Amino acid sequence: MSLLELKDVSKIYGDLHALDHVSLQVEQGEWVAIMGPSGSGKSTMMNIIGCMDSPSEGQVLLDGIDLTKQSAKNLTTIRRDKIGLIFQQFHLISYMTALENVMVAQYYHSVPDEEEAMEALRRVGLADRAKHLPRQLSGGEQQRVCVARALINYPEIILADEPTGNLDEANERIVVELFHKLHEDGTTLIVVTHDPEVAEVAQRTLVLRDGRLDHEIINENFTGEMKSRQVVSIDKS
Amino acid sequence: MFVRMIAGALFRQWKKMLMIGFTIALGASLATAMLSVMMDVGDKVNQELKTYGANITVVPKDASVLNNLYDIEGEDSSGAYLAEDELGKVKTIFWAFNIVDFTPFTSTNAVAADGEAVKVTGSWFNHHMELPTGEELDAGIRNLRSWWEITDGTWIDEQEGSNANVAMVGTALADKLGIHAGDTLTLQGNTSDLSLEVVGIFDAGGDEDDQVFTTLDNAQTLGGLDGKVDSIEVSALTTPDNELSEKAAKDPGSLTVSQYETWYCTAYASSICYQLQEVITDSVASPVRQVADSEGSILEKTQLLMILITILSLIGAALGICNLVTASVMERSSEIGLMKAIGAQNTSITGLVLTEIIVTAIIGGICGFFAGLGFAQIIGHTVFGSAISIRPMLIPIVAILVIVVTLVGSVPAVRMLLKLRPTEVLHGR
Repeated sequence: MSLLELKDVSKIYGDLHALDHVSLQVEQGEWVAIMGPSGSGKSTMMNIIGCMDSPSEGQVLLDGIDLTKQSAKNLTTIRRDKIGLIFQQFHLISYMTALENVMVAQYYHSVPDEEEAMEALRRVGLADRAKHLPRQLSGGEQQRVCVARALINYPEIILADEPTGNLDEANERIVVELFHKLHEDGTTLIVVTHDPEVAEVAQRTLVLRDGRLDHEIINENFTGEMKSRQVVSIDKS
Repeated sequence: MFVRMIAGALFRQWKKMLMIGFTIALGASLATAMLSVMMDVGDKVNQELKTYGANITVVPKDASVLNNLYDIEGEDSSGAYLAEDELGKVKTIFWAFNIVDFTPFTSTNAVAADGEAVKVTGSWFNHHMELPTGEELDAGIRNLRSWWEITDGTWIDEQEGSNANVAMVGTALADKLGIHAGDTLTLQGNTSDLSLEVVGIFDAGGDEDDQVFTTLDNAQTLGGLDGKVDSIEVSALTTPDNELSEKAAKDPGSLTVSQYETWYCTAYASSICYQLQEVITDSVASPVRQVADSEGSILEKTQLLMILITILSLIGAALGICNLVTASVMERSSEIGLMKAIGAQNTSITGLVLTEIIVTAIIGGICGFFAGLGFAQIIGHTVFGSAISIRPMLIPIVAILVIVVTLVGSVPAVRMLLKLRPTEVLHGR
């Protein structure tokens, strides 16, 4: 059974089909990139997978749970237990230190554990910046705190929305390297990005256009560096 | 973690929280001041009304029966009298300290030198009393008829002691008899004649203008009524009537033991009357209806005014809180959206925001409470010329009002919180 499965999912706002009959499967431990131009439906798809929105049609199964049949409260619980979120704009709480920002996710999940939160910061190389406020951290460091916060509760999937969109090249590399580590640890990654360099290191890239899955690129020799790409399907219907 | 989040939010937004706290403090101070005055206004109005005379009259039981039968008020007499030697007992009742003044009256008819029939009333003017409690009191109509205007001469001074045969004459009678202060008025009574020196002419604005007022002894001598008193007027500080006092006034026997104790130990006009009847033999004490009615009416209107001001100030505070908290939530929408995104349920976030507001409300409420106590004293001294006494029950009332107003003021913000979707605030690019 796939960890995540979208079956003929559509999201319709009036006459606009933000997602139009999209189907896909993501396996446990897979690293998938989602690309596409603005308005192609990337964020809508991320919101639906991240239990922050519901499709107008179709079915979404996460770890065997049908998300379309859940109440808002249940969706929050599922999101808390199974999904780690990373945002382009980091969204750290400004009056809390890096360590406390990680602990907030623990607080809403179960019980805050300062040692565990410190270990998560250590994994992203920020142990020495634990007591700093977000404004005292660089963009890259803030995004690494965001990664630490996303992984602190051992989620089934990490959903990253343009994680490198606000970073310079050096920090982008650091974040991608972190994704590699997470992938090696068996974490499932779904990364929405505009950046081809970020997309091409994923095992698989899904390209959306006008709300539809336009094509899919598989990195056959996925080792952390792209060696070849092959277009396996094109859906022009 | 929760405490860290609350503390962080409070310190980070200290300016906004200061504004919210100030708004709450303002509402709380007005509520405290108005409620303090409202709770104390009964006693204050009572004290003010003391300047309008006595509020309790004591008459012989037989006279009272006749008065009730024929609906006569203030009229005497039926040949029934109270005993003069029991007058001191008035200041021995349970609520003796609330008796601020009292005076006896003995009336008789006499004939002036030119054959004019006149009514002569004997009373105390500034009768000095040394009570067993050590208290000293100058009792008499000099205080109880403070509205009398002396048009000629002076008040009778009982403490001067040089001449006991003195009288004051009402303006109407003085005009009729053509007498002035310093003249001598010869009166022929039922049993004896007296020549009284007129020390003053007064204008009472009523029936008393046709009367002669003299000392109690003189009136008793003229009428042959030694040791007898027609009535006693008592000025007492009373607690405004309520259901219990009204029930007791009709029949004290209808009260339960605990109700009776409460009523007896509260300075209701009816309980003071009851206690006066206990010490004055064969007497009936009753509140003066006009004064009691005025007191009730003034009190009701004043209290209504205070309640309206309190309600308006609390509505104002609630609107202010509403705006400020809503603005605060809007400003923090991405933070709240993030919390929802990482798994916070609506109840957790609502609890967090409300706790921040309630903490601010408590601090603002405490400041406002003490400011309100100050305002109340200013009102007390400005309006009534004395301090407003603070009732302990004010603390829970103001605390509950502050919490309720804060929660009501936070309702729109909480509704906004509940509707906020993480997707609306987290994907801004």
